[in-house]
Amino acid sequence: MSAAALARSRTAPILLGIGTFAALVALMQVLVETGILNRFIVPPPSDVALAFERVIMEEQVVSRFLLTMRECISAAALLAVFGISIGTLLYKVNILRQATETWVAAAAAAPTVLMYPLFMVIFGRSATTIIMMGFVAGLPAVILKTIEGLSETKRVLLNVGRSFNLTPWQLFWKIQFPSALPTIFTGFKLGLIFALINVVGVEFLINFGGLGQLINDLAERYDLAGTYAAICFVILVSVCFFVVVEWFERWLTRAA
Amino acid sequence: MADAGRLTQATRLRSPAIGPVTLVRIAIIAAILVGWEALAQSGLLYRDVVPSLIAIGKAIIALLTDPDYYWHLGVTAYEVAAALAIGGISAILVGLVLGGNRFLSRAYEPYLYYLGPTPKIIFFPIMIMWFGVGPPSKIALGTLSCFFPIALSVAAGMRQIEPVLIRVGKSFRANAWQMATKVYLPAMRHPIINGVRLGLGVGLIGTLLAETKLSNRGIGFLIIQAYSLFDMPRMYAMLIVLFVLAIAANALVGRLGGLDRIKRF
Repeated sequence: MSAAALARSRTAPILLGIGTFAALVALMQVLVETGILNRFIVPPPSDVALAFERVIMEEQVVSRFLLTMRECISAAALLAVFGISIGTLLYKVNILRQATETWVAAAAAAPTVLMYPLFMVIFGRSATTIIMMGFVAGLPAVILKTIEGLSETKRVLLNVGRSFNLTPWQLFWKIQFPSALPTIFTGFKLGLIFALINVVGVEFLINFGGLGQLINDLAERYDLAGTYAAICFVILVSVCFFVVVEWFERWLTRAA
Repeated sequence: MADAGRLTQATRLRSPAIGPVTLVRIAIIAAILVGWEALAQSGLLYRDVVPSLIAIGKAIIALLTDPDYYWHLGVTAYEVAAALAIGGISAILVGLVLGGNRFLSRAYEPYLYYLGPTPKIIFFPIMIMWFGVGPPSKIALGTLSCFFPIALSVAAGMRQIEPVLIRVGKSFRANAWQMATKVYLPAMRHPIINGVRLGLGVGLIGTLLAETKLSNRGIGFLIIQAYSLFDMPRMYAMLIVLFVLAIAANALVGRLGGLDRIKRF
């Protein structure tokens, strides 16, 4: 295959990506088998593959996964309700927006997850702490994107609404909100991603709850292959989560 | 209508010494402080969960005058700087390669794109096994955290370079190194600085979280120590100082990015 044909090919880059990954795994296996890498630091990939079944069968992965998802969904519900309401309020009351928008942007840049010890004091070492951490982490993104979406409603759409003599309430619900929905969802998606990262991260840090705790548990038992398998599993779950949310976002943008 | 309203508000804003926006800000801050103090004095919550403002103020002063705090701050700053240097340089190199080659970008960028937003802190047990319990494992976690946003930002920035700049470089027969230093990097200052800003944020979080999990030095360690000792005023003080520092660092890097935008033509 010529270089030009290779560059145009759809499958060649995918194969190269998968091939590189497989080669790295194989290299790791060889390095461990030959003793260049210490197997008490890096378990052989074959052991990690075998540990998957054990971890899934013995560590209640399904119920842990459901627990983490429940925490994420609770955080998402809070994000949708509070994030979009606060965003709309700031958009409607311009002076409030001028006064606080930079604060919200600054909060988005602050390492809020470091507040988890504080939340543990307030809410205890419980699922509420984890949900609240996810919520706090995602909130600025949802607020900022809601304001942005509502502000960018096309003038012509608003004029059409006014020519129909819509009340401000109708104008908001029939025109502004639907037209802002794709942007709001982008913010919601960002918020959800931050929430998921924080939910799993805090589960790991406070050793409580679902998938994050599983990794901490296995690491503390020094079950190396199990730890690596659990980390791979959590990464897979996160990636699946992003793919689904992204797919939904594309669908929503097309529908709008 | 709404525009006209905003316009009058904007003109009104410029005229008086303290504009209405500043007044609203002062009112919000005052309301929060008064509400906080009332809650602290009411005894509705467990003692010290919401400590009095005076206690927090005292804790902030005690913190800022404590030489030990600066030593721990130095440790964290060193870890974050090392993470940003290692992660940033390798990410810029990877970003340049992926941004410059369509084929490699399609082969490897999806992995970066999807691994980027996964929770990095879960790699901490592995980092401890590889690099020990001292600062290197925190640097490794910070590196891992900041690598992805910088690499993706650089790769995307490289694809947005105007083709005419690249053609000029090629017409002068610039070699790969000259192309990188004379054309690509100057044209991409903005996405690189933006990527570094994102990387700094997540790198800082990664390092600090790792310190809270297992460490005996650094700001993260001090925060979790305050939690263990239930020294709430100190914990609030540390969080407030940390947030101010993080926001200032972010604004500083952003300012650098903004300068670039002004110079653009």
